[in-house]
Amino acid sequence: MNGAIEPMVGRYVHVDIGGEDHRIYFEESGAGIPLVCLHTAGSDARQWRHLLSDAELTRHFRIIAFDMPWHGKSNPPESWDGEEYRLTTARYTETILAFCRALKLEKPVVMGCSIGGRIVLNLAIEQPREFRALIGLEAADFQAPWYDTSWLNRPDVHGGEVCAALVSGLIAPQSPKGPRAETLWCYKQGGPGIFKGDLYFYRVDGDLRGRIEGIDTTACPLYLLTGEYDFSCTPEDTVRTAAAIKGAHVTTMAQLGHFPMSENPAQFRTYIAPILNQIRLDQIRKHSKSDSKSDKQGVTS
Amino acid sequence: MTLTSASDAAVAEKFAAIPAMLDRTPALIARGGWLDCECLLGPVDHPFHISIRRGAIVDMTPAPVLMRSWRFAYRASPVAWAEYWQPMPRPGWHDLLALTKRKQATLEGDLHPFMTHLQYFKDLLALPRAHGRETA
Repeated sequence: MNGAIEPMVGRYVHVDIGGEDHRIYFEESGAGIPLVCLHTAGSDARQWRHLLSDAELTRHFRIIAFDMPWHGKSNPPESWDGEEYRLTTARYTETILAFCRALKLEKPVVMGCSIGGRIVLNLAIEQPREFRALIGLEAADFQAPWYDTSWLNRPDVHGGEVCAALVSGLIAPQSPKGPRAETLWCYKQGGPGIFKGDLYFYRVDGDLRGRIEGIDTTACPLYLLTGEYDFSCTPEDTVRTAAAIKGAHVTTMAQLGHFPMSENPAQFRTYIAPILNQIRLDQIRKHSKSDSKSDKQGVTS
Repeated sequence: MTLTSASDAAVAEKFAAIPAMLDRTPALIARGGWLDCECLLGPVDHPFHISIRRGAIVDMTPAPVLMRSWRFAYRASPVAWAEYWQPMPRPGWHDLLALTKRKQATLEGDLHPFMTHLQYFKDLLALPRAHGRETA
């Protein structure tokens, strides 16, 4: 291992969001179908590092993970004056679309976890034709709250400690010690009030009940996967959500919790690799169909 | 303790062993180094008054104790404790707040010491689980 250099490369891209320049940090690896990965509330794109290092998957996918503004190495915009950070559905959607446009990604696959999974549902509602496929991890149209988010940002409680301790129970007991600690470390490092502000989207602004029924999976395939140990977004929440969407694929992942890609990357791979392979095969079939169609047109014209 | 034998008495027996288990876990005591607290923990009907000083349990007495006060209480059903202490607990039974969400446990009082030391209390109350692994 000594001297081994991982394949992903990190860079900054300037993205216009809401008319203002944002300096967004992203990491990428591989070539092929663009696959944009969205991190969970209060964390950052480091959660995706194992996928970015996957030699097999990056043969066919250009995997890209970015830190949302206020997260990881994406600073708040210059205009921020310290007012309370609150992520909204509209702002989150705009950020993802703006990032994809800034990198000139053509019909990317988007995979998001937790709040990233919820916003994937909103992308499926509002912009299905912009995407090749959508994957929601730990995603549902709504889930019942299980703690008061005001504990996450107050001067008499250590924000990093309480954020990590709250989400620690969402990790499956089978997940290895190292990845578990690394998953929690990102929570210990989050900016003050940022996890809470992300949960404004999750708890208040992003309730998609009554809107998901209109999702057209023929315009964009939708895959929903939830870990059996996630008691925040439970498998029942995801199955209920999928049942309301014609054509949605749903999977309950054994021995995984709320952070499948970072808490137990090997176990997660057993679920996500076949889905990414399916997306790739669908792409090949689509191309070969359109090729044979244009060949036929060529013969008859 | 099997799930079918989960009773207040069986849970109480496990709880009684927690102070000694904590004494054998100095890293956890160190993490509670700023914690002084009176709390009420255990099965719903037969909890314990627990006094914590600098992360160590210095007293543990079955409730009720005349006019003894506490800052917060975490009480769960005997089945919930038995499930929580399984070597590999089942989904939804594996975390203190998973138990409150499924209404198998209640959290009451002034939650400040609990929230400032949330991982400490999760790990403290999971000690019988680790102990079960050691003796398995």
